Order: sequence, then C-alpha cells, then structure tokens
Amino acid sequence: MSTTNEPATLRGKHLLGIADLTPEEIVLILDTADAMKEVGSRAIKKVPALRGRTVVNLFFEPSTRTRTSFEIAEKRLSADTLNLAVASSSVVKGESLADTVHNIEAMSPDMIVMRHASSGACEFLSRICKSRIVNAGDGMHEHPTQALLDAYTIRSHKGRIAGLKVAILGDLLHSRVLRSNLLLLRKLGAEVWVCGPPTLMPPGIERYGVHPTTSVDDAVRDADVVMMLRIQLERMQGLFFPSLREYFSVFGMTPERVALATPDAIIMHPGPMNRGVEIDSAVADAPNSVILEQVSNGVAVRMAVLYLLAGGSEA
Amino acid sequence: MAILLKHARVVDPRNGRDGEFDVRIDNGVVAAVGKGLPVDGATVIALPAGTVITPGLIDMHVHLREPGQEHKETIATGAAAAVAGGFTAVACMPNTDPVNDHAAITDLIKLKAREAGLARVYPIGAVSRGSKGEQLTEIAELRQAGCVALSDDGRPVATSLLMRRALEYAGMFGMPIIDHCEDPSLKGDGVAHEGYHAARLGLRGIPGEAEELWIERDITLAGMTHGIFHVAHMSTAGSLRAVRNGKSRGIRVTTEVAPHHFVLTDEALEGYDTNVKMNPPLRSDIDRDALIAGLADGSIDVIATDHAPHHRDEKHVEFDRAPFGITGLETCVSLTFDRLVHRGVIPLRRMVELLSVNPSAILRVPGGSLSEGVPADITILAPDLAVTVDVAAMKSRSKNTPFGGWTLRGGIVGTIVGGELKYANSLAPGGDALAAGFAR
Repeated sequence: MSTTNEPATLRGKHLLGIADLTPEEIVLILDTADAMKEVGSRAIKKVPALRGRTVVNLFFEPSTRTRTSFEIAEKRLSADTLNLAVASSSVVKGESLADTVHNIEAMSPDMIVMRHASSGACEFLSRICKSRIVNAGDGMHEHPTQALLDAYTIRSHKGRIAGLKVAILGDLLHSRVLRSNLLLLRKLGAEVWVCGPPTLMPPGIERYGVHPTTSVDDAVRDADVVMMLRIQLERMQGLFFPSLREYFSVFGMTPERVALATPDAIIMHPGPMNRGVEIDSAVADAPNSVILEQVSNGVAVRMAVLYLLAGGSEA
Repeated sequence: MAILLKHARVVDPRNGRDGEFDVRIDNGVVAAVGKGLPVDGATVIALPAGTVITPGLIDMHVHLREPGQEHKETIATGAAAAVAGGFTAVACMPNTDPVNDHAAITDLIKLKAREAGLARVYPIGAVSRGSKGEQLTEIAELRQAGCVALSDDGRPVATSLLMRRALEYAGMFGMPIIDHCEDPSLKGDGVAHEGYHAARLGLRGIPGEAEELWIERDITLAGMTHGIFHVAHMSTAGSLRAVRNGKSRGIRVTTEVAPHHFVLTDEALEGYDTNVKMNPPLRSDIDRDALIAGLADGSIDVIATDHAPHHRDEKHVEFDRAPFGITGLETCVSLTFDRLVHRGVIPLRRMVELLSVNPSAILRVPGGSLSEGVPADITILAPDLAVTVDVAAMKSRSKNTPFGGWTLRGGIVGTIVGGELKYANSLAPGGDALAAGFAR
C-alpha cells in the first residue's frame, strides 16, 4: 500500500490540520497505523516508543470519544499522560488560553493534544508554544485525526481511496470533520459528494473540488462510502431547518436511500449519532455499518500520529 | 513669528491650486499663498524638491477610547498618533465608557484634547442615549457643546423609526447621522466575511448583504426626511451600488472607506491573525476592487481609518474571542499613497479631496483649504519616501495593526495645526529643516 516515494516521517512539527499534509504523508500515517493496530491486538498492548515523553491532553470542550482514544493511544505508546478538562478550571477563573498554556509549558511537556471551541486555536497555540501540538478538533476548522481514522477505515474495507465515490451528508456548515475529510479525500483522489440543506452548505465549498447537492439520491447513488455528520439539536434556533422531524424526512439516511449506493457500500458516522435525525437505527446498526470500527481504528491512527510526530524513533 | 515654506508643490483643490507655491504662515493663519512671496521678516524653510503641501488631513472616523478605556488609547495618545499620521484633525466616535451621549462628556473630550494640544478633536455624539437605540440624545445641547455629527457607531442605529427621527431632527442643525450599517440578525455571531476563506477556516460569516440592506434602509429614510446620512466604513460592492443609486436620486448620502478595505481581502484571514479581525470584515477581492473603482470615480467621498485601538492582551487570544478593530491613523497616508496614488488609481488632488476637503465639508468643520486667512492646518507630505511600518515606534497606545513591517512608498514630513508644528518626521527629507525652522 505504501508508495515508493513515501517519506520516513512528517515534515511538520505539529499536526494542525490535513491542509498541511502531503498525500505521501497521509499514506505514511495510514501505513504506520497498520503497524499500530497490530499492537492493539497483542495480549500486552504496549510499546515503549514514547517512554519518558509527557503528553498533555488539553480539552476545552467536552469529549468522550476523542479524549479517551488519545489517552489510550498515548498509554499504548508508554507516554506519561495528563488530562486537563479546562472548561472546569482556569478558564472559568478568567485566565487566557495563552496564559493557561504557558503555565502548562512551564512543566515541560513534549506534546499538547488540544480540543478547543475556537477555530484556529491550535494554530494560535503553535505560534506561542515550544511543544508539538496535535489538533483534536478546533471549532469548525479541522479535526485531522478523525479524517485520518476515517480514511484508514475506508482503505481497510476498499483497499484504496482514489476513485471511490464518497457521499457526506449532514451539517456541513458547522463541521470540522467535514473540512478535514474533504481535504484528505481530495488529496487522495476520491470523488466526493456533499449533501445537506442549502442553509448548512458552506460558501465556496465547490472550491474543494467536490459536488454539492441537496439531493440525497444524487449523493448516495452508486456511492462506495456513505458518511453522515451529526445534526446538532440546537441548529433549529439558528433557523437552519424547521424541525428534526422534517430534517429526517428530507435528509435522514434510511435503508431505502442506502439501497441506491453500491451493494457493498459502507456506512460511517464520526459520532455521537442522533438516531432518527441524520441516521435511521436500521442503517446505523446494519451489517455494512463500520461506525464502531471507526472508533477502534481511532486508537491506531492516533498512535501513528503521535509516534511520527515524536520522530518515529525507538519503535 | 512668521514662517515661509518654500519650493513645495501645493495641492489645494478647493482653490484650484496644484503647483509650486510659497506658503506664508503668520499668527496661526495662512497669511499668503503665491509664487515668489517676499521674505518680509519670516523664517524661511526651504523644502526638498518633491515635497507636497496640502490642507490639513482630517480623519472623520476614529476611536480614542477616553473616557473609560484608557488602557487602549487616550485622547492625548490618539491625538499624537493623528499628527504623526499627518492628520491635523480627527472626529472621535462616541462609543466610550460612558458613551458620549451628554454635553458633560463632550466637554471632557474637548478639554482633554485642548490639554493634549496636538490634533484638533471633533467629538461625535451618540444618536441615542447610551447608544441603546431607544431615546434620542439631547442633540441641540450636544451640538452646542461641540459635537459635529451623530452616530451609535459600534452598533447600527437600532430601529427605522429612530433613524427617521434622528435624520429629521439633526437635519435642522445640518448634522449628519453616521450609521454603522449592519443588519444585526444577519450578522449574528459572525466574525469574518462570509465566503470561501471563512468557511474553510471554520469562522462564522458576516455576509456583505448585512451591510447593504441597512444602507438601503438608511438611504430610503434619508430620502424621506431630507436628512443627511453618512455611511461609516463602507465595505462591499453592493453597498457602493446602493450609495451611487442614492446619490443619483439626489439623496444626501456620503460615504467613507477605510484603508484596510481597499488594501486587504478576506484571504488575509488565513493564519488567523487577530489583527485582520475588524467589523465590517475584510471582504472579497470583488468588493475590494469595487471600492478602488469608487475611490477613483468620485462615488466614495472620504477615506477614514476607523482607528480602533485594542490592548495586546485583548488581541492575543483565539480569533473568535478577539475584539473587532485595528489601528489606522499612522498607516493611512502611506497606504493611500502606495496603493492608490502610485498605482495610478487616483491623482494627488483626489487624495487631498478624500482626506481633507470632503471630510471638512461633510462635518462642516474648518479646514479643507489653504485659503488666505484660514487657520494654518497644514500637512506636508513626501510622496516618494520609503516607509517601513515600525509598530514599536507608533504613537498610538495600541499596536494592533496588520501592516507592521510593510514597506510602502509615501509618508509624512510634518503636521502643522493652527500655525504650530505638531509633528516633524526626522526620517523624511525636510523633516529636520522643518523642526529647526519652527524652533527658531
């Protein structure tokens, strides 16, 4: 699966977004994740790659899945990890992000994994920090490890990314998962269709080289991958659509709609799901749903990212 | 003490002058402008060839932050930034803390400006008490105290009824209503121009139509009331169309554009520099090009900076948490020279109209000409001076500019207010001679 000119490591010091990665670097991460996945299948799920390194998981937004996934990945690499759910501490006392992070840096961590509600917060951090920064989701901007684990999951089922038709449906406007996925899938040569109500379509989305549509049928027809994005319940207040009920009737992924896709299409969702809003339970729990596999693969992919950022040594 | 400025090119559109003239300053006023004026006891200051003398520049849209936010700027530091930027006068917006909605606050601003003794400061009063959009301020009293216009800037004039009444009532004093045009519900919690770049970066958008709709409202009301409407910091092509249309119908509407809107576009958002966050936001290249065309063809009346100082701590945060606004007083002239004059968009005469003649006419304040007998408010410019924007050397208390380190062609030699030299640029040819001449 690896290309001949595959680099040995990543050029950048940080992982701020898919935008900064070359196709070769993306493939390197996915190939490395293959090796990491094997670690997770051992009886003793641990390698010494990050022994003696300190990783701080700095989460300014609630997160169960991503935070847990990073923590398990760090522990399997033998890093010393520290979890800070900052929403409940300094920020409430009025401390700025810069001050919070400078205080953490004073204790010499090697890496900071950050989730933050503000787009660009990780880039801001990378300008003021010495540590390596891993973006675990910044506002509506990027969620690179999610896109990498999605690509890993797609590749493990389809053997490739290039040439696949991928349909992404849901709240496109507010989704960092979408933005990272569009960049990654286009860099690796997939044909991407995005579908949602016009109120949730990001301006200029066609500049990503994708096909925007409001027709679920057009998006899903002959798709190899059908990916739903979460509809946040509070979007109704922004007048983006009239009701969850109507959203489901127009855009919800039902078995009938999935039937338009290729027979071996896979169903994906980054979670957390709203059953009966963007996805029917019959689709979420169907045999071709890989939603839980995405979660499992998340650990391997994050191990690969941390390992490669740390220099890829001491494997 | 009389001063005779010699050998400079005088650009004074109101008097139809553009050529080499001597300017005599005596007793704080322009005593004479002519060719080969006799020395007659004056101190002669010979300016280097290429130096330009213009009526004092006026920035009709600045935020001086005093009273209430002196950590960002004071009237004294803002006035120092003004003269360093070539401005002999500024008009300051009322969104201080408290809001300039009462004569006592206007008095305070005038007092602080007198104490500073640098640029002239013309206060702009609030349209509504506390700029809350409910009750009119005591407009006659504000005018008597020295307010030259009315605005709830920072916020739009909240309701159509309030705008109607303000236009009607202030119209009797010839005072313009300067509106920050923006439909609040369309703006929402947006932080950047709604378009590809904001979408890519995950920044919530402010559509250009939020501004355009509001301008259409205000033009309609200005037509209805025969009041005087001035559009603050206009930023889009659609807004310009609306203003042109209003002017063609004889409605009393004028407009200003800030340098950052004719220099930068929303592409500058890449990198999330909070010093490119302002409201209205940096727009698309189509909008920027339309504004440049409007500056060239005369449909835009004024260049005003919307000088909005913010403390470093306030800007050193996540993009969406940073306040809107950048400083502008000390970069305006260089940006205008470099991007408009030297690129052939506008001649120097038009630059003087945009920065001096028209703002003085709209605000009905002195200045805008070098007629004999007027107060000697004079800006001396070096059109070919190579300027590297040095943020650390700026006089403003705040340093929130995206133009730090930029190299631009065109700058200031000196600034004279009421016949007194308030600023001389030692980095410009003639700057030291100017300082020495006035010191004698």
